[in-house]
Amino acid sequence: MKNLYFILLLLPLLATAADADYTLIIKEHRFQPAELTIPAGQKIKLLIDNQDATAEEFESHPLNREKVIAGNSKATIYIGPLKAGSYPFFGEFNEATAKGVIIVK
Amino acid sequence: MFGTAIIVFREVLEAAIIIGIVAAATRDVPNRTAWLLAGLLFGLVGSGFVAASTDTLASLASGVGQEIFNAMVLGVAVLMLAWHNIWMASHGVELAAHAHSVGANIREGRSECSILLVVVGLAVLREGSETVLFLYGIAASEGGGIGGMLTGGVMGAIAGVVVGYTIYAGLLRVPMRWFFTATSALVLLLAAGMASTAAKFLVQADLLPSLASPLWDSSALLPENGIAGMLLHSLIGYDARPAGMQIVFYISVLISIGIGMKLSGKSRNKNQISGVI
Repeated sequence: MKNLYFILLLLPLLATAADADYTLIIKEHRFQPAELTIPAGQKIKLLIDNQDATAEEFESHPLNREKVIAGNSKATIYIGPLKAGSYPFFGEFNEATAKGVIIVK
Repeated sequence: MFGTAIIVFREVLEAAIIIGIVAAATRDVPNRTAWLLAGLLFGLVGSGFVAASTDTLASLASGVGQEIFNAMVLGVAVLMLAWHNIWMASHGVELAAHAHSVGANIREGRSECSILLVVVGLAVLREGSETVLFLYGIAASEGGGIGGMLTGGVMGAIAGVVVGYTIYAGLLRVPMRWFFTATSALVLLLAAGMASTAAKFLVQADLLPSLASPLWDSSALLPENGIAGMLLHSLIGYDARPAGMQIVFYISVLISIGIGMKLSGKSRNKNQISGVI
């Protein structure tokens, strides 16, 4: 808990962090682009822009990430640094159509 | 419909397992069931509020408000479970002995009950808000599919509750001699698993370094989207590809609660001895 207080103190610093390195758009329950290439060994800031009216959960077991993005809103996820390879992800709320992969080179 | 059932099952499972273990661990606490239901109700109402404010929550702290919120909810639950275990290490046996005599240990039982309320409430809150958003999405986009959505949702929820109840009923069959050891061990692992998940959210929000991403990869051996992996994830915080920071949190919580229980158990023995003399 103590750690959390320290973390909260650091929050104002975050506001000045750099802009997103990569953007994924969710539209009609699909990711655009469905394939995203990022460099290996680097931490990446990923902006997910959900343009649908309903919420989506970005989920990836290989990336060890999960995050709910409300309808018509944006969210940030940090991933990596990763080894080269392909890391599939999906939208848990619309698994049939919302699929994609991050290629790390 | 089945897709809905599976997703609702996944969300309900985690909360149901937590409730099952906590309910078994507090079985001798007076009025335990009423507090448990109050926690459930608080969690359900809270889920609605959290789901409705997902927008606002997400935009806080430059887009990582959700991670901070989740990590704080988990952090509070870890503290409560730690308190429960440390308290039980010194009072559990007395409580079991006096549970049925009216008035005995009521006050102590009450503090234990408020822990129960918070842990159950937070577990339902976290998983419930996602379920609400998911079901709302289906209801909004499919128009006519509301009947199928409800059937699927209820099926998934029942399946999750059945697993939680099975764990509860199984724990109650454990002989009294081992009962406290068994439930304390499960609560301890539950708390460590939650701490690891909290660390995962803080890494995802870039508030903590990952240290290694991942530290290992056992997904080929025991995938976390399989039934066994899912159960182990909810029970002991199993992660097929954990970040190094998650393991640091996991082990730190395991050791801190373990030491707390040892110290508290010792002080109880000392009191008993001096009481006899």
